[in-house]
Amino acid sequence: MKTLNRRDFGVAVAAAILLPATTARAADDMEVHIDNFVFQPAELKIKVGTTVTWTNRDDIPHTVVSAGKFRSKTLDTDDKFSFTFTNAGDYKYFCSLHPHMTGMIKVE
Amino acid sequence: MSGHDHGDDGVSRRKVLECMTWAGTGVLWTITGGVPRSLGIIDSAQAATAAAPGMTFLQISDSHVGFDKPANPNALGTLEEAVGKINAMPAKPSFMIHTGDITHLSKAAEFDNAERIISQSKLDVHYVPGEHDFLDEEVKFYRERYGRGTKGQGWYSFDAGGVHFIGLVNVVDLKAGGLGNLGAEQLAWLEDDLRGKSKSTPIVLFAHIPLWTVYPEWGWGTEDGGRALEYVKGFGSVTVLNGHIHQVMQKVEGNVTFHTARSTAFPQPAPGAAPSPGPMKVEDAKLRSMLGVASINFKQNEQRLAIIDTPIQG
Repeated sequence: MKTLNRRDFGVAVAAAILLPATTARAADDMEVHIDNFVFQPAELKIKVGTTVTWTNRDDIPHTVVSAGKFRSKTLDTDDKFSFTFTNAGDYKYFCSLHPHMTGMIKVE
Repeated sequence: MSGHDHGDDGVSRRKVLECMTWAGTGVLWTITGGVPRSLGIIDSAQAATAAAPGMTFLQISDSHVGFDKPANPNALGTLEEAVGKINAMPAKPSFMIHTGDITHLSKAAEFDNAERIISQSKLDVHYVPGEHDFLDEEVKFYRERYGRGTKGQGWYSFDAGGVHFIGLVNVVDLKAGGLGNLGAEQLAWLEDDLRGKSKSTPIVLFAHIPLWTVYPEWGWGTEDGGRALEYVKGFGSVTVLNGHIHQVMQKVEGNVTFHTARSTAFPQPAPGAAPSPGPMKVEDAKLRSMLGVASINFKQNEQRLAIIDTPIQG
């Protein structure tokens, strides 16, 4: 995932040079934290091309799963999972171990 | 109380202590006259065991081998203590059931360590998986060890002491926003398994996540658990044994008695008593002094069960 991020960062830098600032900001990375069995923020609005990184800050493992779209490995404490959204749309996701934990990424 | 240092320690710790439930060692069950009754946790059960006729079996749960967070840095150690207490019992139980979350992260070494300790009880152990036992990439470690002779994802039944035991799996294929899940295939098997059984046969259903709805806000229940319970409706004595919530909780509904067991690893808060169902951090000394603090009894030949909380601390 680190490689991906670095590449995205490179793209972002190139974009910042060549394109208006708004486009550059669209590639900024976003964070979702898992605290107390909750995805925070529960809903995130991002631009196409944004990488979202989830970090599990609980003492219990969690997963990040969006059916047919992405699926993390089991995230133990402080483990991270990143996914770059290349298509617009609404991405509902949940923790497959604790399915009452749900979240949404809206990609424009 | 998941997580480390979120800076809200003051309130939540007080709350935690108020709502404290305990990591215990195991629940001893005895079957007399066809009715399972819990003799409470092992410490307080020892005297009763010697006198109780009929078959006895143990339930342990949620050993979370591999867990090393502040709530209990040595979950393997407390499992070993639990097994030590089992071995010290004056009357040897017939067998043991483990209601899942044997390991914390489904690592091969965690399964090996759990097996090494639990086998010291020299008892047959009937397992059902918890969600923490299916975390390895290929989901094979649990099945290799405990899946032999089981159906589907690992469900099965067996008879002992005139009682029909049914081990169910409700931790697979969970749906977003939902609870535990048995699924159509398992429910069909269950219906078939019960077909032709005499209604006077005592039934024990065991599974990891509670089959009844304890607290849906924390996912403590099984989406299609009601379907399973319909199939056992006509039976005179039904006992449902679960884990997952790391505390004792009971309910009686008609002929069905529901019971959840303590963990051998760490306690979890009472429903809604904390921001999350994660492990509760208490002082080490306190954790151990709480072992064996509460006992639960089924009164023999009565539907209603009695809860006896007996603090042994100070």
